Amino acid sequence: MLTLDNLIIEQGDFRLSADLTIPAGARVAVIGPSGAGKSTLLSVIAGFFAATQGRVLWRGEDITQTDPGARPLSILFQDQNLFPHLSVTRNLALGLNPAGKVAATDRTRIETALIRAGLEGMGARKPGQLSGGQQSRAALARALLRARPMLLLDEPFAALGPALKAEMLGLVAQIAREQGTTVLMVSHDPEDARALCPQTVLVADGVALPPQDTQSLLDHPPPSLRAYLGA
Amino acid sequence: MAARAREIAPAAVAGAVLAALVIGTLVAVAIRAGGLSGLRTSDLAAIRFTLWQAALSALLSCALAIPVARALHRRRFAGRDLLISLMGAPFILPVIVAVFGLIAVFGRRGFINAALAHFGIEPLSIYGAQGVITAHVFFNLPLATRMILHGWQAIPSERFRLAASLGFGPTQTARQLERPMLRAVLPGAFLAIFLVCLTSFAVALTLGGGPRATTVELAIYQAFRFDFDMGRAASLALVQVAISVTALLIAARVTLPASFGAGHDRSFAPIAQLSGGAAHTALDVAAITLAAAFLLTPIGAVFARGLPALSNLPPMIWSATATSLIIALASTIATLIVALPLALAATRHRWAEITAMLPMTASALVMGTGAFLIARPFINPTSLALPMVLLTNAALSVPFATRILLPEIRTLRADYDRLASSLDLRGIARLRLLTLPRLARPLGFSAGLAAAFSMGDLGVITLFSDGQTRTLPLALFQLMGSYRMDQAAGAASLLLILTFALFWALDRLGHYADPR
Repeated sequence: MLTLDNLIIEQGDFRLSADLTIPAGARVAVIGPSGAGKSTLLSVIAGFFAATQGRVLWRGEDITQTDPGARPLSILFQDQNLFPHLSVTRNLALGLNPAGKVAATDRTRIETALIRAGLEGMGARKPGQLSGGQQSRAALARALLRARPMLLLDEPFAALGPALKAEMLGLVAQIAREQGTTVLMVSHDPEDARALCPQTVLVADGVALPPQDTQSLLDHPPPSLRAYLGA
Repeated sequence: MAARAREIAPAAVAGAVLAALVIGTLVAVAIRAGGLSGLRTSDLAAIRFTLWQAALSALLSCALAIPVARALHRRRFAGRDLLISLMGAPFILPVIVAVFGLIAVFGRRGFINAALAHFGIEPLSIYGAQGVITAHVFFNLPLATRMILHGWQAIPSERFRLAASLGFGPTQTARQLERPMLRAVLPGAFLAIFLVCLTSFAVALTLGGGPRATTVELAIYQAFRFDFDMGRAASLALVQVAISVTALLIAARVTLPASFGAGHDRSFAPIAQLSGGAAHTALDVAAITLAAAFLLTPIGAVFARGLPALSNLPPMIWSATATSLIIALASTIATLIVALPLALAATRHRWAEITAMLPMTASALVMGTGAFLIARPFINPTSLALPMVLLTNAALSVPFATRILLPEIRTLRADYDRLASSLDLRGIARLRLLTLPRLARPLGFSAGLAAAFSMGDLGVITLFSDGQTRTLPLALFQLMGSYRMDQAAGAASLLLILTFALFWALDRLGHYADPR
C-alpha cells in the first residue's frame, strides 16, 4: 500500500497537494491537464524531487528520505530508459546488480526475461540497434528482473504507434498480474487508462485526488477534466 | 549525508591539491616579498610592456582575423577544411618551435631579409617588441579567426537567404548581419587573446628581453636567475597575479567564446550575391593567401631545415626527449585525475568549478618561484625541477580539461542521472559503466591537449634547471643559444612531430574507447 501523507509539492509558482492511498497490487492511471503535475508527482514518489512537506510511505514505512535506487519501485521515463553504450544484456544486468557484474545465474535469468519480453537472442545488441518498441520491451524486461513491488510509468510508450502501445500495455498487465505489482501510469490517452487501469488518480487544479473508478470518471468527467479531454 | 560526502570527496581532495599548488605557492611568494617598494624602474617598464604588448597583440590578431574569417566563411575552395583544421594547430604548437620558424623566416638570415637586401632595403629585426608581437599574432591570429568564423557560422543560413531575397549586396549584408555579430564576438576574442599574452614567457625569453621588451614573467625569471633577488622575484610574482586576476575579473563580465573547435559547417552554402564581385573576391584571395603563408611558412621552414638533420641529433636530445615524454604522460594523467572529479562536482557545486579555474590566475613562473621558496630550506630545489615541471604543467591544463568536460558532463547528467540513480548505480561501478565510457571522447581530447601543452612547455624548467636536467624544449633553446641551428632545426622538427603525434594519439584513443 502506497500512502501519500499530506504531501505538498512546490516549485516556483507551481503547487500540488496529495493526500491519498493506493492499495497494493492496484493498477492506477494518473491523468490530468498538461502542466498539472503528473510527472512531478511520480518524481516525488520515485525520489527525484523532494516535496516541501508530507511523507511518502510504502506499507507504512516512511521512504521520504530514501535514495531513488533503494525505493521499492522501478520507474520508466519518457525516454533514456537504457544506457545506449551498453548491450541489452548489460543494461538488464544492472537491474539485478548495480555493481555491474554479470554472474552465470544472472545470465540465465536475463535470457529468460528477454524471451518473456519477446527479445530472444537480442541481448548482445546495443539499444540503438533496436526499434522503439524493442527498446521499450528491454526496459520492461529490466523492470521484470528487478521485481520491485511498484512500477511507475511516466509515459514511456508515448512515442510508439497505437498497436505497439497496446502490446506494451498488455506486457505491463501481464507482469503486474504475475508479480502482484502496483502500477502507477501517467497517460495522456484516456483509452490507455481504460485499457490497463481500473482506477485513476485525477491531477488537476493543484490537487491529486484519491483513486476513483476509471470508467465512471471518464464517462462523467468533472469540468477540469472535461476541458482537457475536449469531449 | 554520508553518501553525499562520499560523492564529493574525490573533488574535495583534487580541489585541495590544486588550491595548495596555486595558492600555497602564492602565499610563499607573498611572505617572502619585500613589498612593491622592491621594484625597480625596469620592473615598472616590464609592467607597462606586458600590458601594451598584450593589448596590441590582441588588437592586431582580431583586426587581421576579420578578413580571413570572412573569406573562409563566404568562399569554398579545395583545402578549405584543412586550412580551418590547421588554424587550430597553434593552440598546441610548442612556442619554441614557432619562434625557431619565425626566426628562420623573419630573422637576420631569414629569406624575408634576404629578399629585402636584394632591393637594398635595411634588414628587419625579429627581436625586441616587434618580434614579441609578431610571435603573439602568429599564435593568436588563428585563434581569433576560429572564434570569429564561429560567430559567422552562428548566423543562421536562413538569415543570409532572407538577405539575398531582399536584394542585399555585400555592404548591406555587412551592416545588417555581420557587424552586429562582430560587435558581439570581438570583445570576447580580444580579451581571450589579451589574457594569453599577459602571461607570455617563452616568446619574451627568446625574442624579447632588454629594457624595451621584457614582460613581467620574464622579469621574474631574470630577478630569480640572474640577480638571485628573491624579494624582487616575489614582488613581481604578486604583480603578475594581480594583473591576471584583474583581467580575468573584467573578462568574466564578457562571455569568452570557446577557444577551440569551430566546426566546418558543411550545411551552409555561400550565396554569390552576398559575397560581392571581383574586388571582394580579390580581397578574400589575398586574405587567405597571406594568412596561410604567414602561418605555414615558418613551420615549413622548420621542417625544410630540420628533417634532414633528424638523423644527426646529439645524444642529449634523445635523453631530453625521453624526459619530456615521461613528463608529458605523467602530467596528462595528473591533469585528468584532478580535472575529472572537479568537473563532475562542478555541475552541482560552484566551488568545484571555481577551484578548477584557479590555475588561470597563476602563472608557471609564479608557481615555480613559490615552490622554490618553499623547498629551499629543506632540499636543493634543482632536484625538484622535473616534479615541479610536471605539477605546473598539469595544473595549467586543468582549466582547459574542465571546460572541455563540463558541457559533456551536463549532458550526461541530464540524460542519465535519473536512470542511474533509479538503478542505484554508483561509485566505481558508475564510473566504469557510465561516466568513463560516455566521456571517452572529451577525456581523450583533454588528454591530448594536456600532453601537447606539457610536451611543448618552456617555463618552469628554465627556472630550476642546472643545465643538465632538461626537457626537449629546453634542449632546443640551448641549441639555439649556442647557434647550432641545423641541430636546433632537427630538434624543433622532432618536438613538433612528437607534440602533434601525442595529441593525435590521445584524441584518437578517446574516439576508439567511445562505445557509441
